[in-house]
Parts: sequence; structure tokens; C-alpha cells
Amino acid sequence: MQTQTVKIVVTGPFNSGKTELIRSVSEIDVVSTEKKITSDIEKIKESTTVAMDFGRITVDDDLILFLFGTPGQKRFDFMWEILSEGMLGFIVMVDSTRPETFKEARNILETFHAYAPTPYIVAANKQDMADAWDVEDIRLALRLDPAIKILPCIARKKSTVKTVLLELLYAILDEVEGKTEN
Amino acid sequence: MALKGNLRDFSITQLLNLINLAKKSGALYIEGPSDIAQVFFRDGKLTYAQIGQQETSLLQLLLEANKISQTQFNLLTVRTNNLSDKEAGLLFVNSGYVNQSETFKVIEDYLSGIMRSLFTWLDGYFHFEQNELPPAEKIPVRLPLENLIVEGARKIQELDELRAEIPSLEMALKFVDRPGIDINHLNLSPEEWRVISYVNPKNSMQQIAQTTKLDDLQIRKVVYALLQAGLVEIIRPGGVPVALNGKVIPQMNHKEQKSLVDRLIGRIRSI
Repeated sequence: MQTQTVKIVVTGPFNSGKTELIRSVSEIDVVSTEKKITSDIEKIKESTTVAMDFGRITVDDDLILFLFGTPGQKRFDFMWEILSEGMLGFIVMVDSTRPETFKEARNILETFHAYAPTPYIVAANKQDMADAWDVEDIRLALRLDPAIKILPCIARKKSTVKTVLLELLYAILDEVEGKTEN
Repeated sequence: MALKGNLRDFSITQLLNLINLAKKSGALYIEGPSDIAQVFFRDGKLTYAQIGQQETSLLQLLLEANKISQTQFNLLTVRTNNLSDKEAGLLFVNSGYVNQSETFKVIEDYLSGIMRSLFTWLDGYFHFEQNELPPAEKIPVRLPLENLIVEGARKIQELDELRAEIPSLEMALKFVDRPGIDINHLNLSPEEWRVISYVNPKNSMQQIAQTTKLDDLQIRKVVYALLQAGLVEIIRPGGVPVALNGKVIPQMNHKEQKSLVDRLIGRIRSI
């Protein structure tokens, strides 16, 4: 029997923790197309994803889940539509300590949802940092519908990443079962 | 948890909107270009505000609002020399100079003026201190923020900024299901009322703009103000649900889809 593959996309602004989230749960070393940053504004981290991250979780002999991380910078947004094709759902990562990126996160969220109206959740990353905004404040800042889940997350902690993935899958299950009304 | 940042990234109107929706209580401190502002809230309503160290006494406010004469002001200045605003306010009401509602109205107008001046602050570090109370000697009011937010949002002039806020006019609007807002008490402009009358999931913003003869900038300004006031939200036209049923894994039947997702859930749980 042919192995089936399914895809979840992890998106969000630059340096929001997408690569780290995938790295936390992927059973393979994340295939990451990263390069040195040249733009001053993006010198927050040494390297950034310019094409995509690629992680894998084998479910069983017949099913593999792929996690795709999108590039964070707007100049690579032509990749987003390609990456969103056929996805089960998507996770929007937000850096809880950088309110200046919230507007961009909302734009990314709306763009992805326009490409594919699949279930999604928001992961409020870096919640262990002193400067992190409260999850519910981020919900209001992003103007999220109350039905959309927003979860606290620390991308390098496997337990919180598991919770994020599970909540997305529950949302997908709800949709499959026809429970999602909004 | 921190609520801090810079006004460059998160404007005053957005902050007020957040405080209003979350019904926050506490103090918002803003380090502006040349002054520091302190704004206090209780349950999402404005209670007190001050810019810099300059405080205007209640007596001065009553004079400026023509509630008392210059002679009365001179007389009362001596009598209230060592009194706090709270004590002075009680004295003025009990002595029949003003009534209580007039006093509150004067203070509210003064605070609204302070907030209006804050809307011109486009840069400055802010932080919110949860549950911090206004100075005990001041008379706290309970001023709803919606009108201030609408007024502040009107000041946003730049189309680029509005385009970032509202990227597509093909989306529709619906009223937010939020109890407690009485739309009749909002001071909306004629354009805002015209747009309000067409808010319906079936009408795209583009259609509303055409019907109300507003250009791209005008419709975005109006919608932005209504969004910031928490009155409307943007949805897909026609009220199409956010998540479409039956679109997940379309090549499989319902039972297979459910089985697949159950297997994924089981695997993630085991990680």
C-alpha cells in the first residue's frame, strides 16, 4: 500500500519560532534552507529560513505527517501559496515579546486563510520571557475570532509544541465531524 | 504578564481598544517625545489621566468650563487651599456651586481633552501596570472608551497604514456580538452611520463604498474606526464560515478522514 502523506504548515512573522517548533517534534533533523541575513532589520538572529523548513513525523507504516515552516520575510510571500496547497491546517506563530510583529502576524494569518480555508490556531511563542504579552491580550491585538484557539507556547519545549499540534488536530477533527460552525 | 511596547507598533487607539475589550484595570504609562502620560482605567473605562507633572485642580476646571465666576474662583481658592479635589468637590456640591453631574461632566471633558492630545503621540514607549489605582485625592470617573477610540481612529490619515490594517475591500463586515454597547450613544459621523446601515455579511466593503459613494481611503477610514471601536469585525463575504466543512482531505470519505485525524492525534500524543 502506498504511504500517504499529509501536511501542516507553520507560519508567522520573521523570528517568531517556526523553525524551533518544527525542530522540537520532528523525527528527522529539520531540513532548513537557511542563510546569513543581510538586511539590518532582520539581524535579530544569525540565520533565517529563506525557503522553508521541513520536518517529519511518521505516524505508522501508511501515514506520514510533514511539517512545513514558511519563510518569515514578506519578500518570500510568493512561497506561501505553494506551501499552503493541500495542507490539513496551519499554525500561526507569534512572538509574544514583539508587539511590533502582531500586525504582520494578522496579515499572514488572513493571507493563509484566504489561500486555504482550513482550520488554524495561533501559538503565542516565547511565553517564558519576562516581556511576553498575555495570551488574551495577543488575541485582542490580533482581533482573533473567539472561536479560534490561541495557545501559550515555548517552541523549544516539546510538551507545549505537542499541545499546539494536538489542539490543531482537534480543530481539524471538529471540522471533519462537522462541528465547526463559524 | 507584560503589556508593553512602542506606539510606533501599537497605536494609542489599538491600546485603548485592547483595554476596553479586556475590561482592564490599571495604569497605562506612556513615555512620549517630551512628556510622560499616566492614564488610569477601571474595568476598561477611563478613570483619570495626566500628562507630565502638571495637574489642573477641579476649581480651575470649573472656572474654565464657566461653571463658576472669577469672583467665586478667587473666594474658593482661599477656602480650598489645603483640600484635595475630592474634598473640594464635596464642598462645591454641598455649598450649591455646582451639582454632582456637572462636576463629573467637567472632569470627563477635561480627561477627553487629554486623551485627544495623546492621539497625536505616534512614538513612545508604553507599559501597563495591572490594578494600579489613580491618585487617591483625585475624583475618579468612569468614562467609556468607545467614543474616544472612534475619535482617535479618525485621526489616522495615511492610506498606506489603513491598507495594512484592511488589506482587502472584498471582505464583508458584521456586527460584533458584544453585550453592553449601545450604538445609539456613540458619536458617529454621517459617513460612519451610512456605512453602519449597510453592515451585513452579504455586502463586501467595496459594495458598501460604491453604494455610499466613498472612495477607497474614506471607506477604509470609516471601517478602521468601527473596527477599533469594537463595533464590527471583518468576515468573508456572504457569511461564509471561517472554516469550510468537508474541505479537509477532500479525496477521502468522512469516515476515512476521521480515522486519519485520529491516527495523527494518537501519534502526536505518543511523542
